[in-house]
Amino acid sequence: MGEVLKVAMPKGRIYKKASQLFREAGIFIPDDVDDSRRLVIPIPEANMEFIMAKPVDVPTYVEYGVADIGIVGKDVLLEENRDVYELLDLGIARCRMSVIALPDWKPGIHLRVATKYPNVATRYFREQGEQVEVIKLNGSIELAPLIGLADRIVDMVETGQTLKDNGLVERESIFGITSRLIANRVSYRMKNNEIQELCDRLEKVMPGAVKS
Amino acid sequence: MSKPKGFEKPVGVRDYLPRATKRLRRIERGVLDCMARWGYETIKTPTIEYYDTVGIASSTSDRKLFKLLNNRGQTLVLRSDLTAPIARVASSLLREEPLPLRLSYHANVFRAIEEEAGREAEFFQTGVELIGDRSPEADAEVVALAIASLQAAGVKTFKFALGHVGFLNGLFDEALPGRSEDQKALKERLLHRDYVGFREAAESLGLNREQQEELEGILRLRGGREVCDQAAGLSRHPLALESLRHLCSVWEALDDYGVSEHVLIDLTMIGDFSYYTGMVFEGYAAELGFPVCSGGRYDNLLRQFGRDVPATGFALKTNRILDGVEDPSPEEELPVLIVYDAARRAEALAEAGRLRTEGQAAVTRLANETGESAEAGDGGRYARVLLFTGENAPASRG
Repeated sequence: MGEVLKVAMPKGRIYKKASQLFREAGIFIPDDVDDSRRLVIPIPEANMEFIMAKPVDVPTYVEYGVADIGIVGKDVLLEENRDVYELLDLGIARCRMSVIALPDWKPGIHLRVATKYPNVATRYFREQGEQVEVIKLNGSIELAPLIGLADRIVDMVETGQTLKDNGLVERESIFGITSRLIANRVSYRMKNNEIQELCDRLEKVMPGAVKS
Repeated sequence: MSKPKGFEKPVGVRDYLPRATKRLRRIERGVLDCMARWGYETIKTPTIEYYDTVGIASSTSDRKLFKLLNNRGQTLVLRSDLTAPIARVASSLLREEPLPLRLSYHANVFRAIEEEAGREAEFFQTGVELIGDRSPEADAEVVALAIASLQAAGVKTFKFALGHVGFLNGLFDEALPGRSEDQKALKERLLHRDYVGFREAAESLGLNREQQEELEGILRLRGGREVCDQAAGLSRHPLALESLRHLCSVWEALDDYGVSEHVLIDLTMIGDFSYYTGMVFEGYAAELGFPVCSGGRYDNLLRQFGRDVPATGFALKTNRILDGVEDPSPEEELPVLIVYDAARRAEALAEAGRLRTEGQAAVTRLANETGESAEAGDGGRYARVLLFTGENAPASRG
């Protein structure tokens, strides 16, 4: 048996789908891991240790090497810009990053964009040749255009239901998002066999995988 | 930004207190001695260089260079590595020296940083350059020396990954002839370790299924000597095949050095491809989250300084090793304390001098009038205390 893999797992929405994918790949994951308040959870059956992290922090743990690998959305990777290996597109937790506004939006004098993803938003509007003021918010981004803080927002859209409920429309889609398997630069070498074996198993069961 | 507080220093720089400095020097000395045993002579170069010469030639991207203006309006840089300065020296002051040149260095280098994460503005590099030898033997020598140097620094568990820029150049040129932008896009993805993006890019290039699978296949090319043979089936491009033969010879030489167990061939290892021209490698220590060593062949660098000769080398990130290596000798060599009164000062200082000649550190102090206990407040700082006070014969305490 090889070395224990330390896996940074995102708590919440992605965890359920990721642990399901691990199970389909034949890796034993107990059912109650995410109900527990424990932050570090050994899973000896899988020769792994889960580090339950806030999703946005997963790339940080992996870059510093306190976790060998991690699972994280492409949205976080593009926002955080950490130096890690992006090994697999797991094809789970599919959604998209979009520009959202009220239906009657017209460019005003002061262009303001509210978002949880200031780097992503700044880069996108720059590429579009638009200079905008980016306002960082930490949640309920949809509020911003409703109460006049910003005229547009950049946020993740899964079903679009929240937008509909608040009378907002998606204007442009910036990029598609799925969860990715990432690895630390050193762990990828030092624990290469373990990581490669995990990749091989996951690749067979990933949504959209070519079954051979 | 507000005015810094008194204890603050710029982001990305560190103080080394006596204990850490002692360990750092031990690592530095161990590594430089090891390099000397392989025939590499240490040189020193200035901290500042011209932007237009060393600055431009260095592999550090422009925005990461620390730039200064001198009083003549010329742009200077704080050195970002030692490879470019040594190329300058080898092409000028050492121009008449016969090749190959074997040079080593230990120095602080500077990078303008943007964020945290192991990104230091000033750090230490210890490394070598082997100039004037383009053979696989030379590449194997620097990899073997990098391994020996890590061992000399006290790193126990480590691995090296070895790649070749020429293989990827040849392979991509064969798959995408004349499409240099697309080739560059693929290399950028590998450079950023974005395998997902690499696969997406390979799919979007309009290649047939077989070619696409060949390109994606390189992501799995990792392992020992057999990787070279597997890769040889992927390409008929002369540059790719030539590069594989070179890499294979390096591997065989490393096998004869007896160190191939530490080495993994990884053909997706690319390094900065505008700079490296052949073999590239990185070293990793088990305890550390960031690579501790990087190196490779850069045959075009010295030409920029007017001496067209090939070169290969590596640098260890010495201070990172410090974070990962356990202290080999926790019990430190403590100094002897000599306490004297005015009448016996000459005697006391002579004794201190004698001890120092023997290599024993000695600290001297005038006894105060109350006849305080010499050890008061000195708990554990001295190996022992010698008293030269009153009419007593020198007494040893502690």
